[in-house]
Amino acid sequence: MELTRRNAIIVGAGAFVVAGLPIRAMAAASEDAIAAFTGGAEVGAGDIKLTAPEIAENGNTVPIEVASDTATEIMVLATGNPTPGVATFKFGKLAASRSASTRIRLAGTQDVVAIAKLEDGSFVKASSTVKVTIGGCGG
Amino acid sequence: MAKGVKPRVKVPKTAAAGDSITIKTLISHKMESGQRKDGDGNPIPRSIINRFTCEFNGESVVDVAMEAAISTNPYFEFEALVPEAGEFKFTWYDDDGSVYDTTKKIAIG
Repeated sequence: MELTRRNAIIVGAGAFVVAGLPIRAMAAASEDAIAAFTGGAEVGAGDIKLTAPEIAENGNTVPIEVASDTATEIMVLATGNPTPGVATFKFGKLAASRSASTRIRLAGTQDVVAIAKLEDGSFVKASSTVKVTIGGCGG
Repeated sequence: MAKGVKPRVKVPKTAAAGDSITIKTLISHKMESGQRKDGDGNPIPRSIINRFTCEFNGESVVDVAMEAAISTNPYFEFEALVPEAGEFKFTWYDDDGSVYDTTKKIAIG
C-alpha cells in the first residue's frame, strides 16, 4: 500500500480505535459487574464506607476495609484491574457488624469501588482512588 | 491440591453471651491470578481459593466470594456475635475442588 495522505489517515484512525479499546473494555467490564450485582437498579450514595490507603507502595497487597450499618451484601471492585472483581461479602445472622477487612491486588493506580445492598433493597456506592507504585498483577 | 495450605484463625477462647468478637483468619495459598506469565512467556493458569465461609453452630456469620484480585495468603477480619457457647467453623473452597476447614471452640465466661 502506497503511503498517501488518505491511507495515513485511515491507518492512524485504526490505531486510535485499537488503543482506545482496552480502557473502554475495562470500564464496560466493571459496569457489567455492577449491573449483575444490582440487577440494573439505581446506585446512590449513603450508608457505605470504604477505607483504602491513598498511596500503596506495593500493589500486591493493599489493605482495604468496608463497613456499613445496614448492608446485607457488599461487593468490591477494582476498576483498573484486568478483571474488576475483587470480592463479595455476604453477612449472615451472626455478623456483629457489617464490616470486614482484607488485602487485595491492584494492577495500577485506579479507583476501588464498594457497592452495598442494603436491608431495604437499595444499593449504595463508595469509591476511593489508590495510587499504586508497583503494580500487583505481574507482567 | 495446592501445596502447603495451612489455615490460621484467631478467635478469643471465651466471651460473654451476646458479645461481639473480632475474628482474624489467614490461609497460606499462592492465589495464582491467571495474569502472570512464566519464564517462557506462557500464562500460568489461575488457581485461587474462590470462597470463604464462617459459621457458628451452623448459623452463617459471613460468606465471601473471592476473585483473583485477593492477595496471596488471603486474610480476612470481621466481627461475630456469640449468643452461646459453641464452635466456629471456617471453610475455604479452592478452584481445584479442595476444601480446607478448621474449627475453633468458644466458651461463655
